[in-house]
Amino acid sequence: MSQLRTPLKTVRGLGSARGGTHHFVVQRITAVALVPLSLWFVWIALSLIHLDYAGARALIAQPCNAVLLAAFVLAVFWHAQLGLQVVIEDYVHTPGLEIASQLAVKFLAVLGALASLLAIGRIAFGS
Amino acid sequence: MAEFTLPKNSVVKKGKHFPAPAGASKVRTFKVYRWNPDDGQNPRVDTYDVDMASCGPMVLDALIKIKNEIDPTLTFRRSCREGICGSCAMNIDGTNTLACTKAVSDCSAKDVPIYPLPHMNVVKDLVPDLTHFYAQYASIKPWIRTQSAPPPDAERLQSKEDRAKLDGLYECILCACCSTSCPSYWWNGDRYLGPAILLQAYRWIIDSRDEDTGARLDDLEDPFRLYRCHTIMNCARTCPKGLNPAKAIAEIKKLMVLRQGA
Repeated sequence: MSQLRTPLKTVRGLGSARGGTHHFVVQRITAVALVPLSLWFVWIALSLIHLDYAGARALIAQPCNAVLLAAFVLAVFWHAQLGLQVVIEDYVHTPGLEIASQLAVKFLAVLGALASLLAIGRIAFGS
Repeated sequence: MAEFTLPKNSVVKKGKHFPAPAGASKVRTFKVYRWNPDDGQNPRVDTYDVDMASCGPMVLDALIKIKNEIDPTLTFRRSCREGICGSCAMNIDGTNTLACTKAVSDCSAKDVPIYPLPHMNVVKDLVPDLTHFYAQYASIKPWIRTQSAPPPDAERLQSKEDRAKLDGLYECILCACCSTSCPSYWWNGDRYLGPAILLQAYRWIIDSRDEDTGARLDDLEDPFRLYRCHTIMNCARTCPKGLNPAKAIAEIKKLMVLRQGA
Protein backbone atom coordinates (compact mmCIF):
# COMPACT_ATOMS: atom_id res chain seq x y z
CA MET A 1 0.00 0.00 0.00
CA SER A 2 2.62 2.50 1.10
CA GLN A 3 4.52 1.92 -2.15
CA LEU A 4 1.53 3.32 -4.03
CA ARG A 5 1.98 6.63 -2.21
CA THR A 6 4.54 9.07 -3.54
CA PRO A 7 7.52 10.00 -1.35
CA LEU A 8 6.30 13.61 -1.38
CA LYS A 9 2.94 12.53 0.09
CA THR A 10 4.81 10.98 3.02
CA VAL A 11 7.03 14.03 3.51
CA ARG A 12 4.19 16.56 3.43
CA GLY A 13 2.21 14.41 5.85
CA LEU A 14 -0.31 16.38 7.86
CA GLY A 15 1.31 19.68 6.90
CA SER A 16 3.00 22.26 9.05
CA ALA A 17 1.69 22.58 12.62
CA ARG A 18 2.25 26.39 12.44
CA GLY A 19 3.73 26.14 15.92
CA GLY A 20 6.83 25.50 17.94
CA THR A 21 8.06 29.08 18.02
CA HIS A 22 6.27 29.83 21.29
CA HIS A 23 7.86 26.76 22.88
CA PHE A 24 11.26 27.86 21.52
CA VAL A 25 10.85 31.39 22.92
CA VAL A 26 9.61 30.35 26.38
CA GLN A 27 12.41 27.80 26.68
CA ARG A 28 14.91 30.59 26.12
CA ILE A 29 13.17 33.10 28.41
CA THR A 30 13.18 30.60 31.27
CA ALA A 31 16.81 29.77 30.49
CA VAL A 32 17.81 33.44 30.67
CA ALA A 33 15.86 33.85 33.92
CA LEU A 34 17.63 30.83 35.37
CA VAL A 35 21.11 32.29 34.86
CA PRO A 36 20.89 34.91 37.68
CA LEU A 37 18.39 32.84 39.69
CA SER A 38 20.68 29.79 39.74
CA LEU A 39 23.66 31.90 40.84
CA TRP A 40 21.51 33.41 43.58
CA PHE A 41 20.28 29.94 44.57
CA VAL A 42 23.83 28.61 44.94
CA TRP A 43 24.67 31.60 47.13
CA ILE A 44 21.59 31.20 49.35
CA ALA A 45 22.12 27.41 49.60
CA LEU A 46 25.69 28.01 50.77
CA SER A 47 24.47 30.52 53.36
CA LEU A 48 21.91 27.98 54.64
CA ILE A 49 24.66 25.44 55.41
CA HIS A 50 25.92 27.47 58.33
CA LEU A 51 22.50 28.07 59.91
CA ASP A 52 20.44 26.00 62.31
CA TYR A 53 16.78 25.15 61.53
CA ALA A 54 15.30 28.34 62.98
CA GLY A 55 17.93 30.47 61.30
CA ALA A 56 17.35 28.79 57.95
CA ARG A 57 13.59 29.37 58.20
CA ALA A 58 14.19 33.00 59.11
CA LEU A 59 16.51 33.53 56.11
CA ILE A 60 14.02 32.03 53.64
CA ALA A 61 11.13 33.89 55.27
CA GLN A 62 12.68 37.23 54.33
CA PRO A 63 10.36 38.58 51.57
CA CYS A 64 13.15 39.11 49.04
CA ASN A 65 14.50 35.58 49.51
CA ALA A 66 11.02 33.99 49.48
CA VAL A 67 10.09 35.72 46.21
CA LEU A 68 13.40 34.84 44.53
CA LEU A 69 13.11 31.23 45.70
CA ALA A 70 9.55 31.01 44.36
CA ALA A 71 10.72 32.51 41.05
CA PHE A 72 13.61 30.02 40.90
CA VAL A 73 11.30 27.07 41.57
CA LEU A 74 8.81 28.20 38.91
CA ALA A 75 11.52 28.76 36.31
CA VAL A 76 13.14 25.39 37.07
CA PHE A 77 9.95 23.35 36.75
CA TRP A 78 8.76 25.28 33.70
CA HIS A 79 12.10 24.95 31.95
CA ALA A 80 12.48 21.27 32.93
CA GLN A 81 9.01 20.47 31.60
CA LEU A 82 9.73 22.16 28.27
CA GLY A 83 13.05 20.33 27.96
CA LEU A 84 11.69 16.92 28.92
CA GLN A 85 8.84 17.39 26.45
CA VAL A 86 11.40 17.71 23.65
CA VAL A 87 13.41 14.73 24.92
CA ILE A 88 10.28 12.57 24.85
CA GLU A 89 9.32 13.85 21.39
CA ASP A 90 12.84 12.98 20.24
CA TYR A 91 13.17 9.48 21.62
CA VAL A 92 9.80 7.98 22.62
CA HIS A 93 7.86 6.95 19.53
CA THR A 94 5.60 4.26 20.95
CA PRO A 95 2.17 5.89 20.61
CA GLY A 96 0.60 5.10 24.01
CA LEU A 97 3.86 5.42 25.91
CA GLU A 98 4.61 8.80 24.34
CA ILE A 99 1.32 10.36 25.46
CA ALA A 100 1.56 8.75 28.91
CA SER A 101 5.09 10.05 29.50
CA GLN A 102 4.20 13.53 28.22
CA LEU A 103 1.28 13.66 30.67
CA ALA A 104 3.38 12.29 33.53
CA VAL A 105 6.06 14.95 33.01
CA LYS A 106 3.52 17.76 32.89
CA PHE A 107 1.60 16.56 35.96
CA LEU A 108 4.77 15.97 37.98
CA ALA A 109 6.12 19.40 37.02
CA VAL A 110 2.93 21.13 38.15
CA LEU A 111 2.75 19.08 41.37
CA GLY A 112 6.43 19.72 42.10
CA ALA A 113 6.03 23.46 41.54
CA LEU A 114 2.86 23.63 43.69
CA ALA A 115 4.44 21.65 46.53
CA SER A 116 7.55 23.85 46.45
CA LEU A 117 5.46 27.05 46.43
CA LEU A 118 3.37 25.76 49.33
CA ALA A 119 6.52 25.00 51.33
CA ILE A 120 7.98 28.45 50.61
CA GLY A 121 4.63 30.07 51.47
CA ARG A 122 4.35 28.25 54.77
CA ILE A 123 7.85 29.39 55.72
CA ALA A 124 7.29 32.96 54.50
CA PHE A 125 3.93 33.32 56.25
CA GLY A 126 5.13 31.48 59.34
CA SER A 127 2.39 28.84 59.50
CA MET B 1 10.22 1.07 21.77
CA ALA B 2 13.92 1.67 21.33
CA GLU B 3 16.04 -1.18 19.97
CA PHE B 4 19.43 -1.49 21.60
CA THR B 5 20.82 -4.28 19.45
CA LEU B 6 20.94 -4.77 15.71
CA PRO B 7 18.44 -7.18 14.16
CA LYS B 8 20.09 -10.55 13.37
CA ASN B 9 20.18 -9.88 9.63
CA SER B 10 21.89 -6.50 10.12
CA VAL B 11 24.88 -7.66 12.18
CA VAL B 12 28.00 -6.84 10.19
CA LYS B 13 30.18 -9.90 9.56
CA LYS B 14 33.90 -10.19 8.78
CA GLY B 15 34.33 -10.23 5.01
CA LYS B 16 36.93 -11.25 2.48
CA HIS B 17 40.53 -10.05 2.38
CA PHE B 18 42.08 -8.98 -0.90
CA PRO B 19 45.87 -8.78 -0.39
CA ALA B 20 48.02 -6.38 -2.38
CA PRO B 21 49.81 -7.80 -5.44
CA ALA B 22 53.39 -8.95 -4.98
CA GLY B 23 55.85 -6.09 -5.30
CA ALA B 24 53.44 -3.43 -4.03
CA SER B 25 55.51 -0.68 -2.48
CA LYS B 26 53.05 1.69 -0.76
CA VAL B 27 50.18 -0.38 0.59
CA ARG B 28 47.16 1.24 2.28
CA THR B 29 44.33 -0.88 3.62
CA PHE B 30 40.63 -0.05 3.20
CA LYS B 31 37.82 -1.72 5.13
CA VAL B 32 34.68 -1.36 3.04
CA TYR B 33 31.08 -2.07 4.03
CA ARG B 34 29.44 -4.54 1.68
CA TRP B 35 25.82 -5.57 1.41
CA ASN B 36 24.02 -7.17 -1.48
CA PRO B 37 20.19 -7.22 -1.39
CA ASP B 38 20.09 -10.23 -3.71
CA ASP B 39 22.15 -12.87 -1.89
CA GLY B 40 20.29 -12.98 1.43
CA GLN B 41 23.56 -12.61 3.36
CA ASN B 42 24.35 -10.29 6.26
CA PRO B 43 26.38 -7.16 5.59
CA ARG B 44 30.13 -7.68 5.82
CA VAL B 45 33.30 -5.60 5.82
CA ASP B 46 35.77 -6.53 3.07
CA THR B 47 39.43 -5.63 3.41
CA TYR B 48 41.33 -4.34 0.39
CA ASP B 49 45.08 -3.74 0.35
CA VAL B 50 45.70 -1.14 -2.34
CA ASP B 51 49.09 -0.21 -3.77
CA MET B 52 49.02 3.57 -3.52
CA ALA B 53 52.13 3.82 -5.73
CA SER B 54 49.89 3.18 -8.73
CA CYS B 55 46.77 4.97 -7.42
CA GLY B 56 45.50 8.55 -7.39
CA PRO B 57 45.58 10.48 -4.11
CA MET B 58 41.88 10.55 -3.25
CA VAL B 59 39.70 7.91 -1.59
CA LEU B 60 37.58 7.83 -4.74
CA ASP B 61 40.69 6.98 -6.76
CA ALA B 62 41.26 4.05 -4.44
CA LEU B 63 37.64 2.89 -4.74
CA ILE B 64 37.80 3.09 -8.55
CA LYS B 65 41.08 1.16 -8.50
CA ILE B 66 39.48 -1.50 -6.30
CA LYS B 67 36.52 -1.79 -8.66
CA ASN B 68 38.68 -1.83 -11.81
CA GLU B 69 41.51 -4.07 -10.68
CA ILE B 70 40.57 -5.98 -7.52
CA ASP B 71 36.83 -6.54 -7.08
CA PRO B 72 34.37 -5.45 -9.81
CA THR B 73 31.37 -6.26 -7.58
CA LEU B 74 32.00 -3.20 -5.34
CA THR B 75 29.15 -0.74 -5.84
CA PHE B 76 29.25 3.00 -5.22
CA ARG B 77 28.02 6.26 -6.77
CA ARG B 78 30.43 8.71 -8.36
CA SER B 79 30.36 11.17 -11.18
CA CYS B 80 32.27 14.46 -11.31
CA ARG B 81 35.31 13.48 -9.16
CA GLU B 82 35.76 17.16 -8.22
CA GLY B 83 33.33 17.80 -5.35
CA ILE B 84 30.51 19.44 -7.26
CA CYS B 85 27.99 16.62 -7.93
CA GLY B 86 27.75 15.15 -4.43
CA SER B 87 27.33 11.60 -5.70
CA CYS B 88 30.22 9.99 -3.79
CA ALA B 89 29.11 11.12 -0.31
CA MET B 90 29.93 8.35 2.16
CA ASN B 91 31.30 7.80 5.64
CA ILE B 92 35.10 7.70 5.35
CA ASP B 93 37.41 7.39 8.33
CA GLY B 94 34.44 8.01 10.63
CA THR B 95 33.21 11.21 8.99
CA ASN B 96 30.69 11.87 6.25
CA THR B 97 32.45 13.42 3.30
CA LEU B 98 32.98 13.21 -0.44
CA ALA B 99 35.29 10.40 -1.52
CA CYS B 100 36.56 12.53 -4.40
CA THR B 101 37.83 15.40 -2.24
CA LYS B 102 39.08 13.33 0.72
CA ALA B 103 42.78 12.53 0.39
CA VAL B 104 43.81 9.07 1.51
CA SER B 105 46.80 10.67 3.25
CA ASP B 106 44.39 12.73 5.41
CA CYS B 107 42.72 9.59 6.82
CA SER B 108 43.99 8.97 10.34
CA ALA B 109 42.97 5.32 10.73
CA LYS B 110 45.60 2.75 9.74
CA ASP B 111 42.93 0.71 7.94
CA VAL B 112 40.60 3.31 6.43
CA PRO B 113 36.94 2.39 7.16
CA ILE B 114 34.48 3.24 4.37
CA TYR B 115 30.74 2.93 5.07
CA PRO B 116 27.60 4.28 3.39
CA LEU B 117 26.01 7.45 4.79
CA PRO B 118 24.74 6.61 8.31
CA HIS B 119 21.18 5.71 9.20
CA MET B 120 19.90 5.52 5.64
CA ASN B 121 18.45 2.45 3.99
CA VAL B 122 21.15 0.83 1.90
CA VAL B 123 20.45 0.02 -1.73
CA LYS B 124 23.73 -1.87 -2.17
CA ASP B 125 27.24 -1.59 -0.68
CA LEU B 126 28.00 2.16 -0.42
CA VAL B 127 24.80 3.33 -2.13
CA PRO B 128 22.20 4.80 0.26
CA ASP B 129 18.53 5.31 -0.60
CA LEU B 130 18.02 9.10 -0.83
CA THR B 131 14.39 9.00 -2.01
CA HIS B 132 13.02 10.53 1.20
CA PHE B 133 15.79 13.14 1.29
CA TYR B 134 15.00 14.27 -2.26
CA ALA B 135 11.26 14.33 -1.51
CA GLN B 136 11.99 16.58 1.47
CA TYR B 137 13.92 18.88 -0.88
CA ALA B 138 10.97 18.96 -3.28
CA SER B 139 8.62 19.75 -0.38
CA ILE B 140 10.22 23.17 0.24
CA LYS B 141 9.52 24.15 -3.39
CA PRO B 142 13.10 25.15 -4.13
CA TRP B 143 12.47 27.65 -6.89
CA ILE B 144 11.73 31.38 -7.02
CA ARG B 145 8.11 32.13 -6.10
CA THR B 146 6.75 35.58 -6.98
CA GLN B 147 3.52 37.47 -7.53
CA SER B 148 5.05 40.33 -9.52
CA ALA B 149 5.57 39.60 -13.19
CA PRO B 150 9.22 39.67 -14.23
CA PRO B 151 10.42 42.83 -15.99
CA PRO B 152 9.67 42.30 -19.69
CA ASP B 153 13.15 43.17 -20.91
CA ALA B 154 15.48 42.24 -18.05
CA GLU B 155 16.28 39.76 -15.34
CA ARG B 156 14.99 40.21 -11.80
CA LEU B 157 17.77 42.38 -10.40
CA GLN B 158 19.41 42.11 -7.02
CA SER B 159 21.81 44.44 -5.21
CA LYS B 160 25.34 43.25 -4.54
CA GLU B 161 24.57 43.24 -0.82
CA ASP B 162 21.52 41.03 -1.31
CA ARG B 163 23.45 38.71 -3.61
CA ALA B 164 26.12 38.39 -0.92
CA LYS B 165 23.48 36.95 1.43
CA LEU B 166 23.37 33.83 -0.75
CA ASP B 167 27.08 33.15 -0.25
CA GLY B 168 27.56 30.11 1.95
CA LEU B 169 24.15 28.84 0.83
CA TYR B 170 24.23 28.49 -2.97
CA GLU B 171 27.36 26.30 -2.76
CA CYS B 172 25.38 23.44 -1.19
CA ILE B 173 25.40 20.43 -3.54
CA LEU B 174 22.85 18.34 -1.61
CA CYS B 175 25.28 15.49 -0.97
CA ALA B 176 23.39 14.69 2.28
CA CYS B 177 26.59 14.45 4.37
CA CYS B 178 25.18 16.92 6.92
CA SER B 179 21.66 15.51 7.24
CA THR B 180 22.92 11.95 7.68
CA SER B 181 25.42 13.09 10.34
CA CYS B 182 22.64 14.65 12.43
CA PRO B 183 21.36 12.52 15.35
CA SER B 184 18.09 14.45 15.26
CA TYR B 185 17.72 13.46 11.60
CA TRP B 186 18.55 9.85 12.52
CA TRP B 187 15.80 9.61 15.15
CA ASN B 188 13.18 11.85 13.52
CA GLY B 189 14.15 12.06 9.86
CA ASP B 190 10.63 11.09 8.84
CA ARG B 191 9.39 14.52 9.95
CA TYR B 192 12.50 16.64 10.62
CA LEU B 193 13.70 18.22 7.37
CA GLY B 194 17.35 18.07 8.39
CA PRO B 195 20.20 20.54 7.92
CA ALA B 196 20.64 20.26 4.13
CA ILE B 197 17.00 20.92 3.32
CA LEU B 198 16.71 23.71 5.91
CA LEU B 199 19.82 25.39 4.49
CA GLN B 200 18.23 25.18 1.05
CA ALA B 201 14.97 26.57 2.45
CA TYR B 202 16.88 29.50 3.98
CA ARG B 203 18.58 30.09 0.62
CA TRP B 204 15.10 30.97 -0.77
CA ILE B 205 13.85 32.72 2.37
CA ILE B 206 16.78 35.16 2.27
CA ASP B 207 16.69 35.69 -1.51
CA SER B 208 15.66 39.34 -2.10
CA ARG B 209 13.88 38.40 -5.34
CA ASP B 210 11.60 35.78 -3.79
CA GLU B 211 8.19 37.10 -2.69
CA ASP B 212 6.88 34.05 -0.82
CA THR B 213 8.97 34.46 2.34
CA GLY B 214 5.98 34.33 4.69
CA ALA B 215 4.57 31.17 3.14
CA ARG B 216 8.00 29.55 3.28
CA LEU B 217 8.25 30.37 7.01
CA ASP B 218 4.68 29.09 7.53
CA ASP B 219 5.63 25.76 5.97
CA LEU B 220 8.66 25.40 8.22
CA GLU B 221 7.04 26.56 11.48
CA ASP B 222 6.57 23.13 12.97
CA PRO B 223 7.93 21.39 16.09
CA PHE B 224 9.38 18.63 13.91
CA ARG B 225 10.19 20.13 10.51
CA LEU B 226 12.35 22.93 11.98
CA TYR B 227 12.55 22.76 15.76
CA ARG B 228 14.08 19.25 15.93
CA CYS B 229 17.39 21.07 15.36
CA HIS B 230 19.06 21.06 18.78
CA THR B 231 22.25 22.80 17.55
CA ILE B 232 24.30 19.62 17.78
CA MET B 233 26.49 21.13 15.02
CA ASN B 234 27.54 17.83 13.38
CA CYS B 235 26.28 19.36 10.12
CA ALA B 236 28.76 22.24 10.17
CA ARG B 237 31.58 19.96 11.27
CA THR B 238 31.07 17.41 8.49
CA CYS B 239 30.11 19.58 5.49
CA PRO B 240 32.65 18.77 2.74
CA LYS B 241 32.01 22.20 1.20
CA GLY B 242 32.78 24.04 4.45
CA LEU B 243 29.25 25.42 4.81
CA ASN B 244 27.36 26.02 8.07
CA PRO B 245 23.80 24.63 7.91
CA ALA B 246 23.39 25.17 11.68
CA LYS B 247 23.78 28.92 11.17
CA ALA B 248 21.16 28.90 8.39
CA ILE B 249 18.75 27.06 10.72
CA ALA B 250 19.46 29.56 13.52
CA GLU B 251 18.68 32.40 11.08
CA ILE B 252 15.34 30.76 10.21
CA LYS B 253 14.50 30.49 13.94
CA LYS B 254 15.40 34.16 14.40
CA LEU B 255 13.02 35.13 11.60
CA MET B 256 10.28 33.02 13.22
CA VAL B 257 10.69 34.97 16.48
CA LEU B 258 11.06 38.29 14.68
CA ARG B 259 7.75 38.01 12.86
CA GLN B 260 5.71 37.23 15.96
CA GLY B 261 7.60 38.99 18.74
CA ALA B 262 8.45 37.25 21.96
